[in-house]
Amino acid sequence: MTILGFLIPLALIMGLVGLVGFFWAMKSGQFEDLDGAANRILIEEEEEDSDDDARG
Amino acid sequence: MNAPVTDLVAPSSDTATSPESDFVDSRFTVPGMRCAGCIAKVERGLGAIAGVEAARVNFSAKRVAVHHASAITDDDLIDALRKLGFEAERAAENPLARDDGEQRRLARALAVAGFGMMNIMLLSVSVWSGADAITRDMFHWISALIAVPVIAYAGRPFFASAAMALRYRRTNMDVPISIGVLLATGMSLYETLTGGPHAYFDGAVMLLFFLLAGRVLDAMMRSRARSGIAALLGRMGKGAQVLNPDGSTRYIAAEGLAPNMVMLVAAGESLAADGVIVEGRTRVDSSMLTGESEPRPVLEGETIHAGMINLGDPVRVKVTAAAQDTAIADIARLMDEAGQSRSRYVRIADRASRLYAPAVHSLAALSFLGWWLAGAGVYKALLIAVSVLIITCPCALGLAVPAAQVVASGALMRRGLLIKDGSALERLAEVDQVLFDKTGTLTLGEPRPVDLNVLDPQGRSVALALAQASRHPLSRGLAKALRAAGTEPAALDSVSEEAGQGMQARYQGREVALLRPEFEVGGLAVDLLIDGTRTRLAFSDPLRPDVRATLAELSGQGVTAAIVSGDREASVGAVAKDLGLFATHSMKPAGKLALLERLKGAGHFPLMVGDGLNDGPALAGAHVSIAPGGASDVSQQAADAVFVGERLMPVALALRVARRTMAIVRQNFAMAAIYNVFAVPLAILGHVTPLVAAIAMSGSSLVVVGNSLRLARAAGRASEQA
Repeated sequence: MTILGFLIPLALIMGLVGLVGFFWAMKSGQFEDLDGAANRILIEEEEEDSDDDARG
Repeated sequence: MNAPVTDLVAPSSDTATSPESDFVDSRFTVPGMRCAGCIAKVERGLGAIAGVEAARVNFSAKRVAVHHASAITDDDLIDALRKLGFEAERAAENPLARDDGEQRRLARALAVAGFGMMNIMLLSVSVWSGADAITRDMFHWISALIAVPVIAYAGRPFFASAAMALRYRRTNMDVPISIGVLLATGMSLYETLTGGPHAYFDGAVMLLFFLLAGRVLDAMMRSRARSGIAALLGRMGKGAQVLNPDGSTRYIAAEGLAPNMVMLVAAGESLAADGVIVEGRTRVDSSMLTGESEPRPVLEGETIHAGMINLGDPVRVKVTAAAQDTAIADIARLMDEAGQSRSRYVRIADRASRLYAPAVHSLAALSFLGWWLAGAGVYKALLIAVSVLIITCPCALGLAVPAAQVVASGALMRRGLLIKDGSALERLAEVDQVLFDKTGTLTLGEPRPVDLNVLDPQGRSVALALAQASRHPLSRGLAKALRAAGTEPAALDSVSEEAGQGMQARYQGREVALLRPEFEVGGLAVDLLIDGTRTRLAFSDPLRPDVRATLAELSGQGVTAAIVSGDREASVGAVAKDLGLFATHSMKPAGKLALLERLKGAGHFPLMVGDGLNDGPALAGAHVSIAPGGASDVSQQAADAVFVGERLMPVALALRVARRTMAIVRQNFAMAAIYNVFAVPLAILGHVTPLVAAIAMSGSSLVVVGNSLRLARAAGRASEQA
């Protein structure tokens, strides 16, 4: 049963990592433009730095 | 969402003092972006302009944010976008998008509830499968440690709303939810402390999770429609170019305009304030204000009002009244009063909960009393009462309405109709009469060439090339009609626009021009000149292409249609006779509103479809209302839904889908009721363990969501029939 002492905290931590990830994603605007993200994958890259620009 | 009211320098003056390093952000709405290629085109095209540091498209909101040197004006950027092939407008402060925060809060609460639910369920499964004694107690303790903070965080939306309702001595759906969740948590904590066998932490958190899912869906639907509508807003006079004493101009937003300023109003622009023409003569389109479809000639010294569109030459207008004092302000007052009745509408979920909450609470109280009187002891009786509350808690009810409405509004959105909220769908389902405004609603509201056949193919491509380089309403209408006819623009050299006269260019070495007629003609017209040969193109405001089909569809649904227009008898009569509709003409805004009140008083549920400022009060006062995408901002904000494009059919489709949605919602309610018929006796008899509660809740929720998804197919079929 001692394995529980390891597995339960592990499950909790993994869940928390996911939760924190979601909070971060929301805060940093990852969900602002879902349709755009779906379409951008189709854009052919011409210059290398064309997409790391300031969002207003 | 700060509107770019930066210091804009007139293109003509080079007096910009700001240093090169001075960068500002501007936002534009670009409704024409429809594909990945458009994103790349806009971002690269703008990025290539000297002085533009970065351009980032938000495709969902149809906006582009530009970080650029302050020496570049917004107009330069709009011009650049137009050369790339996109109509753009300054993005205005968007009054509809402010409560985005609500959706974020709900989404966070949902994530937390989901996290808690999964982890508690992990432990609960072990308890259900036979863990006992010290293992069970430890698992209950860990569950409690997770559940209490999770419930405190994720339950806030419900607790807050329930507390608000109780403070005003009312009840809503959130009251039984809050009581159920809090009692279950308290009960389970007691079980944990005393080492008892049953803890309902999983049930309480799961309940919150499913209910939050419903709320998030509801919020998503509203914000999706909002961002769609926000992309359409801001086409009207949001501001004006104002003449400085030294002769330069600057852009001032409508709120900043003050009497005695002199505005330069270009062709195609709409007025941002009331004023007197001090220089120039022109024609104005006042259809937004009065519904009149004929452009009216105005001379120097005449007063023109905010919301009118300049169709002719550029004029200088001295502001006499701005913002709160304009002629529109009266309409706004009427709208405020008219909108009050709308807020009294009770949504179906609230109507259901009015029946439901007292029933559930008395059931729980009765089972407590029954078991207690039968000698079961307070603790056992309370345990059973709580399990009754949990099992009846409206998981399925909370999901029944939003799930169906989100699916329906998503299906409608793909077909060009944006619905602002779920209550609009509920009201649309009840409609038995439709009142249409004429100008801009049954008709396109834009001048279009009456007959393109007067042009040969070469003339068409030259005309398109000339027209698409201009922002004049006639040019835009011509360009749209030609593009729709599959014309490719010719390649022109040295295109120039002379304000008030027209466009000139060279085509294969020959002079070509698109000019206004040399002599005044009745109605609107332009002349196409190729090598001195004049071809006259007359313009009119045509009916939407599928008006007849839409009216047929409406009468097939048993809905009667009529016209209420502010236009004169002659033009209304012609359309009414053509379409075979009953019509009233020369209606003032207050008259339209009074007509609607009369209909409502007679027990009808009228749908108002209109676009102008003069329709605003009627849109706000009708049982439910729809505005076209070209409507004034005021109308789009007053309406419950907005349809985009040239087709009118989304209106009929909306009614059909709304009725279908309400049928599904009723089915969902019926399923929830059947579920309770089976589950409640079990709970009252004391047979509901946490395991049974968990299965029952998730099972009924899945059934309801599955049933709602059928709507997507039904909406697809409806649009094929339509």
